[in-house]
Amino acid sequence: MTLVVEGLGISSLVRDVSFTVGKNERVGLIGESGSGKSLTALSIMGLLPDELGATGSVKLNGRELLGAPERELSRLRGNEMSMVFQEPMTALNPSMRVGRQVAEPMSIHGTRRDHKQAAVELLESVGLPSETARAYPHQLSGGQRQRVVLAMALANDPALLICDEPTTALDVTVQALVLELILSGTQWRETSLLFISHDLAVVASVCERVLVMLDGEIVEAGDTLDVLTAPKHEYTQRLLELSV
Amino acid sequence: MSPLIEVRDLERRYARRNVHALRGVSFDVEAGQRFGIVGESGSGKSTLVRLLAGLDQPTAGSVTFRGRRIDGVAERKLKFLRSELQIVFQDPMGSLDPRMRVREIICEPLGRVDRGRVAELLDAVGLPADAGERYPHQFSGGQRQRISIARALAPRPAVLVADEPVSALDVSVRRQILDLLADLVDRFELTMVFVSHDLGVVRQVCDTVAVMRRGEIVELGAVDQVYDQPQHAYTRELIAAAPSLQAALAKLRSPN
Repeated sequence: MTLVVEGLGISSLVRDVSFTVGKNERVGLIGESGSGKSLTALSIMGLLPDELGATGSVKLNGRELLGAPERELSRLRGNEMSMVFQEPMTALNPSMRVGRQVAEPMSIHGTRRDHKQAAVELLESVGLPSETARAYPHQLSGGQRQRVVLAMALANDPALLICDEPTTALDVTVQALVLELILSGTQWRETSLLFISHDLAVVASVCERVLVMLDGEIVEAGDTLDVLTAPKHEYTQRLLELSV
Repeated sequence: MSPLIEVRDLERRYARRNVHALRGVSFDVEAGQRFGIVGESGSGKSTLVRLLAGLDQPTAGSVTFRGRRIDGVAERKLKFLRSELQIVFQDPMGSLDPRMRVREIICEPLGRVDRGRVAELLDAVGLPADAGERYPHQFSGGQRQRISIARALAPRPAVLVADEPVSALDVSVRRQILDLLADLVDRFELTMVFVSHDLGVVRQVCDTVAVMRRGEIVELGAVDQVYDQPQHAYTRELIAAAPSLQAALAKLRSPN
């Protein structure tokens, strides 16, 4: 298993959350605002605010992340695990050219020596022309920015990619492309995907397995098709009714 | 009978940024209609809302409200429009003054606090009677949007312009607010102009829809007709791109 979460608790906001994400598996985390899905993601990345303590266990490839020293976590972040956030503009540095930002994970972790060339290749792999490397984030559209963030997140072929509402801020015609890029980018790298969204249709088009979160707890989990065609929990049933 | 709102060859250029936000838009909104405007970011829908509300001036073309031109008219002559046409915005928190009590917010368009009217409006939007004494931060996102709707209804407008009113809300709250808007439009015999990037939402509440792209209306017609038999390639592209749960599940049932 790439990721094993057991009995995760975060303050009183997330309670007894357990799930796994296997190698090359795509797992969706569904829930509305305040359900605890983003906190769960942040606790895996070791990015929880200081005032929120996490209990339980989060293991990435067998290594315990909860309580691990920051030095160790920063070696993993952007390398073995990475994250794509909802708002690409706030995830990018406005005063740094895109190429340098995409190269950064590789230079920080010392994974590629030719980061400049590698950055251009990564940009091309998400369908952006090589000139994009010289652009600043504000010169790009929302969809292009999110593709840059995805290129950065995949730069070091991570074992785990977490996407938190990656297409919620995008137009529908761009959303389809970005989802396709997330799928193709994780598949050939055999990167496991934890995909957070409130949108059942989007989750169903990306994930093989889903977890449904409500008020800090996972109330239902299973294969996407089973959960979304024969939901057992009344909350999942209600979400489905509202999605049609 | 002439239409309630007539828009003719409307253009808006922003010279300094060399942006042509609206490139000749024409349509009518009849009294009682639920007129949807669908478009992606940059399509010009927000510019159009500002021009309909007399909050901005077009660079060419005209907007006529009940037979009176509202473009090129001084603000002091637009008082009638401020009570006849009200807007509900996307982000309720951003459009509600955090330092004002809800009853003051609701009465703002009236220029005076009318407690009887506050009680009526709170009841109409499904908020408890004591909500008027509280502040916006004490409410959830859906409740805040109810407050914005109550404020918009305060001057008894004929037209309600809803600009992405549910885009910031969770799905379960979204349905409640859409149902509320539909109910209020019926009950108060309002005309609604409903702007959204979400085709599905427009289909739920509107009878007519205009599809916008890059400052132009590429398709305009009855909602069922536009959704079931889209004529323009862009409309078809939009419909195809909208994620569909049924389609995704069908693909899971039979991969490849």
